[in-house]
Amino acid sequence: MKNRLSDNKYKMIAFINIVVVITVWYLLSEVFQVFRNGMLPGPNVILETFISKLNSKSPDGNTLLVHIVSSLTVVITGYIIGVVIGLPTGIFMAWYRPIDYLVRPVFDFLRCIPGLAWIPVITVWLGIDLKAKAAIIFVNVFVGTVVNVYSGIKQTDQVKIWVAQIFGASHFEILKRVALPSALPYIFTGLKVSLGMAWLGIIAAELLAAQSGLGYMIQVARNFGRADLVIVGMLTIGLIGAFLTYLLEKVEHIFVKGRN
Amino acid sequence: MSSILKINNINKIFINNNGSDKAVLQNVNFEVEENEFIVVFGPGQCGKTTLLNIIAGLEKQSSGQVFIKDKLVEKAGPDRAVVFQNIQLFPWLTALKNVEYSMKIRGFSKEEYHSEAMKYLELVGLKGFENSYPIKLSGGMKQRVGIARAYCTKPDVMLMDEPFGALDAQTRYLMQDEVLRICNTEKRTIVFITNNIEEALYLADRIVVMSDCPSTVKEVVKIDLTHPRDRTDSEFLRLRKEISAMVNRKR
Ligand SMILES: Nc1ncnc2c1ncn2[C@@H]1O[C@H](COP(=O)(O)OP(=O)(O)OP(=O)(O)O)[C@@H](O)[C@H]1O
Ligand SMILES: [Mg+2]
Repeated sequence: MKNRLSDNKYKMIAFINIVVVITVWYLLSEVFQVFRNGMLPGPNVILETFISKLNSKSPDGNTLLVHIVSSLTVVITGYIIGVVIGLPTGIFMAWYRPIDYLVRPVFDFLRCIPGLAWIPVITVWLGIDLKAKAAIIFVNVFVGTVVNVYSGIKQTDQVKIWVAQIFGASHFEILKRVALPSALPYIFTGLKVSLGMAWLGIIAAELLAAQSGLGYMIQVARNFGRADLVIVGMLTIGLIGAFLTYLLEKVEHIFVKGRN
Repeated sequence: MSSILKINNINKIFINNNGSDKAVLQNVNFEVEENEFIVVFGPGQCGKTTLLNIIAGLEKQSSGQVFIKDKLVEKAGPDRAVVFQNIQLFPWLTALKNVEYSMKIRGFSKEEYHSEAMKYLELVGLKGFENSYPIKLSGGMKQRVGIARAYCTKPDVMLMDEPFGALDAQTRYLMQDEVLRICNTEKRTIVFITNNIEEALYLADRIVVMSDCPSTVKEVVKIDLTHPRDRTDSEFLRLRKEISAMVNRKR
């Protein structure tokens, strides 16, 4: 009961926050007009641009939905491949010493290269199509996933491992039934951080080389001096990012049980 | 009577971070008879947990041997189930699943481990809490789950490391009675560690009194009081005084 109340209170505060921000934004842009004409469009203008961009192909040749689908396809492709390869890599590195010794030196070096620094070489190798952009996302996601899974598994409590040993569990069974479940919260944190990295990667990739996508849309809008469309692009990215994070949190609630 | 557990000249020396040696256990010897309730009583930080871990096969002694049923202990196994000092339930499993876990891993069939787990949860008085996660259970209830989890594997020896150390006095008394009740329902050999002399006297058939670090067995005291014991009984108080005096630190 008390929790519900404070939950509602939190929602109230969040709501008031948003209203205040939008009001201040409106006052600054439309009423006091602190920026030169058109450089800071008001919330009303943004909403108009958003709605018209749903049908309009100008100035970049595609409607908003096409850009969203284009970016999302790349992000999800790269993200899933990065997670599917990154999870077992991190798990086996953390659990099996020979693999750790073999892979970690290379990995520790590679992770020092910022994900965005891969963009030029990947475009040289793979061009600028889906494959290339997904590869850029992959690099970003893979590194983040491995690091988080690895440290999550490494933090498994020794005494919990002992509990399983006493009952005769094998090394692999301990991984499956003790180390993995106890690392699950870290793994999900890693998945959420990697999702952020994935979006970072796609926007950067599309700013450099693309024919569609939200990053590309922002880039063209900037060249046309369309501040309103730039902001629409930013807000769309933010909303989709928030929505995907929300989905991941739902999945987390299904899998992570019995913890705060 | 035959002794089921033999602790033979155990020594343990840890290497500190700065490279110096730290002797924790020194020539520890004692034997435990079948179905006996042994309490190992010693001051804090004297190496009780270390000794228990060595008996369990979780830590290596520097020298000496542990025999269970005349077999040399070399690694951990279900014949020596442990109830750890801070319980260590798996937070991601319900009470029932925590208990089932110990049997599941040993290859029992699903019906078997389910009905056994239910039986032992009932034995420790947790009927109705099968599906609660540990986070929803009180300290005493978590200890009950820990006991059920160790008990259901039918170990030759149950090793209990200050299981009630973190409980409030009221719950502690209650759990002491509970542990005696459980042990009388299904006889087991128990090695129970505590730094609380009253608890030792209330539970033990024999008390192994340990000295301060490096720890050795000062004396083994047979407690002939009948159950249920009265903590204010004159003989109880006399023993309490006598044993306390043995471990009084001369510092
Ligand atoms: N892995 C280790 N390396 C170095 N020293 C250790 C290690 N484990 C324990 N010790 C030291 O050995 C001594 C005994 O520890 P132990 O935990 O066995 O004592 P205890 O009697 O169980 O203490 P408590 O009453 O707090 O439960 C302590 O001084 C501790 O610091
Ligand atoms: Mg201890």
